[in-house]
Amino acid sequence: MATLLDFRRRIRSVKNTQQITRAMKFVSAARLRRAQEAALAARPYARELVRVLRSTMARIEAPQHPLLAARPEERILVLFLSGERGLAGAFNTNILKKASEFYRAKKGKQITVIPVGKKGRDALRRAGFAFAGEYVNVLSRVDFGIAREISKLVTDLYTEEKIDAVYMIFSEFKTVMSAELVTEKLLPVEKITAGEETEAEAASAQIDYIYEQPEDELMARLLPRYVETQVLRSMLESCAAEHAARMTAMEAATKNAGEVIEGLTLHMNKVRQAAITKEIIEIVSGAASTA
Amino acid sequence: MLPEAIQLVVVTPERQLLRETVAEVEIPGREGQLGVLPGHAPLITELGIGVLAYRMTPSSQPVILAVIQGFAEVLPDRVTVLAETAERAEEINLARAEAAKARAEQRLASNDTNIDWDRAVIALERALIRIQVARKHQGVPVESR
Repeated sequence: MATLLDFRRRIRSVKNTQQITRAMKFVSAARLRRAQEAALAARPYARELVRVLRSTMARIEAPQHPLLAARPEERILVLFLSGERGLAGAFNTNILKKASEFYRAKKGKQITVIPVGKKGRDALRRAGFAFAGEYVNVLSRVDFGIAREISKLVTDLYTEEKIDAVYMIFSEFKTVMSAELVTEKLLPVEKITAGEETEAEAASAQIDYIYEQPEDELMARLLPRYVETQVLRSMLESCAAEHAARMTAMEAATKNAGEVIEGLTLHMNKVRQAAITKEIIEIVSGAASTA
Repeated sequence: MLPEAIQLVVVTPERQLLRETVAEVEIPGREGQLGVLPGHAPLITELGIGVLAYRMTPSSQPVILAVIQGFAEVLPDRVTVLAETAERAEEINLARAEAAKARAEQRLASNDTNIDWDRAVIALERALIRIQVARKHQGVPVESR
């Protein structure tokens, strides 16, 4: 039978845990806000770039560029974005599940991975995947320089024909409560789908531009930039999704701890009452026997 | 009919720096400075490392930005600048730019064959543009007094 003291200790310990989870929730909320702002701030550039690239490509009869060259898919490179830390609910488990789904779907192909994020790196290393590079501790503060480095590595491997296709697996931030797991083909650049073509754009595609540089040269500059912004976008999305998942998980943990404390307090009070009742009975019966 | 103003948008991968209605823009194209007035013929160009200047009205003081590589699209009533890096004059850390300039010069002056010559040249150009923009900005209040 647990004594009063045991209950007090348990309650204190749960309270301490609750304080930690609550603090983590607030930290994640702050980071989430920052990540969301960054993702939002990066959007105009991506949108304008896609527009310029699309209108340039529409003007070239048969665009030729190493990043457009499609080859039979035998050697696949996967850019796998996961969380940097744990305690984010099912965030890392979910994205890893997505990865193994992808792996099963591409069975028989040669798969190389570039993990971005520590949790994914650790898990994939245990699973025995071949790495073409790894980036850890880069998602807590997403930096365009890192995105550029990653895309340079990827585009170089692709241009040297060491790989035939590049996919990205990442969590897309939808709402605080939910993230969508997506698998996207990064290379070869097939068609530019990001953002719907608006009517105004369709009209502007008819305009005859003056090109200061030849079209294909311009396209050759725009394509790597496009890949970079795609990588940057996936990093920003994944980062926001991770913070959102952690915030939700910590909120649930804080709530749970509250419930546990409530239950324990109730129990403790019952035990205390039982002890008091017992003492009263003892006193009363003692008094009755002496009277 | 010619449009009367230009919608100028300057974006970098990290943020949108500017969205403004202006009367006149000067863009640092790779081939040289490009002056754009409302009604300019549609044009796409690569950017060099240089100064982007714009005026809100034909008679007002020009506002300048340091722009480092990227692309620009010009339409009769719009100018979209997709820069790798773009900074407002007041955002530039002059001391840091000076230090970068000194570093780049030192690298170029050394006889070390291991240095990446092109990168050092670009670093130097970048630093020079930043210094130029920051100085001009700091110089303006003095002149107006």
